[in-house]
Amino acid sequence: MIPLIAQVSADGLQVEPGWYMALAAVLFAIGATGLLLRRNALVMFMSIELMLNAVNLTFVAVDSGLGSLEGQISVLFVMVVAAAEVTVGLAIIVAVFRKRATASVDELSGLKG
Amino acid sequence: MVEVIVFAIFALAALGGALVMVSARNPVYSAMGLLLTMFSMAVFYVMNGAHFVAAVQVLIYAGAVMTLFLFVIMLIGVDRTVDTDEKIPLQRPMVVVLGTGLVFLVIAAAWDSWITGRASGVCTVDCTGTIEAISEELFGAWLLPFEATILLLTIAAVGTVALAQFALKPRLVESGGEEE
Repeated sequence: MIPLIAQVSADGLQVEPGWYMALAAVLFAIGATGLLLRRNALVMFMSIELMLNAVNLTFVAVDSGLGSLEGQISVLFVMVVAAAEVTVGLAIIVAVFRKRATASVDELSGLKG
Repeated sequence: MVEVIVFAIFALAALGGALVMVSARNPVYSAMGLLLTMFSMAVFYVMNGAHFVAAVQVLIYAGAVMTLFLFVIMLIGVDRTVDTDEKIPLQRPMVVVLGTGLVFLVIAAAWDSWITGRASGVCTVDCTGTIEAISEELFGAWLLPFEATILLLTIAAVGTVALAQFALKPRLVESGGEEE
């Protein structure tokens, strides 16, 4: 159980891949919090993007820790899927907005019995 | 030491941007906060040697995706009165507790393995993510998944067009026959 700051090697304080992963964990949690907290569909969508970005940062940090390239390839695929997801998701939000004139997910309770 | 300072500055920027995104009333401010976080991510990618991924991050995320977000925000208008009422009682306190719990859970679960562990592998030959190295991998071992993304993007584009079409149709065909 070494504290994060105590890792001073011979050539001074180094940024370890673990630091990036800790940061990514915090960013992921902020994204999850935003997804639960906000009612605006657009902001919820941005929270999902933030969570995807946090996972991408984890991939890249693991890559530089292990000295491989597979994580960066995975990041590229995640980006492609996220781009496709954003297009379809925003089209759905715009379609819903045309019908209901709101972007709040609380108003979309039409399926409730 | 420079690396540590750069990491600290941009980690603060990323966290600040993320918090602004979650807490801002105006969706435009949320988008700006997310933009700051995404630029900080690009800096982190460069610091980890992922140069091509950093370029793609700026081009795709900060450029295309955020522009699309801002476009849709401007298109459907900014409604600020969304967050005033609570449908579920005690939603906000519960969410804050769950969020902090998630942070501590993730960090505690992986504390020994990655946060305090040293980097196990050493970059021997050429594992910075230059375009050459990435394309060697992408068009070699990952060719089939790469081809599959072409299919995915085509389906997404067609689906978007279809959604735009179907959203228009009911209003044109039957006027007022919809619910409410």
